[in-house]
Amino acid sequence: MRNYEVTFIVDPVLASEEIKATAQTYVDLLKSKGCEIVHIHEMGLRQLAFAIGKRHSGAYFCVEFQAVDGAMINDFELAFRRDERIIRFLTVSLDKYGVKYNEDKRKGLIGTIKKKKVEEKRDERQERQDRRGNNNNNQGPRRPPAPAAEQDVAAETPVAE
Amino acid sequence: MANKDDIKFLSNPKIGQKRKKYCRFRKFGIKYIDYKDGDFLLQFINEQGKILPRRITGNSLKYQRKVATAVKRARHLALLPYVADLLK
Repeated sequence: MRNYEVTFIVDPVLASEEIKATAQTYVDLLKSKGCEIVHIHEMGLRQLAFAIGKRHSGAYFCVEFQAVDGAMINDFELAFRRDERIIRFLTVSLDKYGVKYNEDKRKGLIGTIKKKKVEEKRDERQERQDRRGNNNNNQGPRRPPAPAAEQDVAAETPVAE
Repeated sequence: MANKDDIKFLSNPKIGQKRKKYCRFRKFGIKYIDYKDGDFLLQFINEQGKILPRRITGNSLKYQRKVATAVKRARHLALLPYVADLLK
């Protein structure tokens, strides 16, 4: 079994039920060709970065599926080409990392990437600090000594008075 | 009072030092670059929508190639513009 992912844009001029029906026909087409649907992701109505056929927005759909081999992709894409309701489509084969990424995304492990990055950075730093701490015979984190010094100063001043 | 040992440099030695570039995908263990995530890919293109070179992004060759294909796919799906002005 090979993993694929097809993203397509449906004409937004259609009624919302028609848009869903259009997407559903392609899902059914995939099933009829013996594919296993892993996930259907409705990305919703989005603004296009540039006009395609005088359309400025489109309804995005992303379907992840497993196919026995790639021979059916041509027939499947032919159906897209013939369909006027489809503005754009893109079929991509997924490697193992892509499959894992999609799984994680569904689980919600990958929210917005920016947020994740910040968290990861923090983790990395902590890890490194830990490592440093271990290497340098437990010198410990740098920050704790500073408050202690302040306390000393605070303790000294009343004595001076 | 500051001891003599505390004063080692008259000027901050870190000023004028270049920060070492690194590949963020290698560093954070990101293996897959999603072409559907336009906001993320925005980090790798300039204001005109051109793909930034490795020289600037610091990506390793392997991931720069992946970034480039992801950007190109995103362009095809109208998630990113082919040409733009003042994108950011």
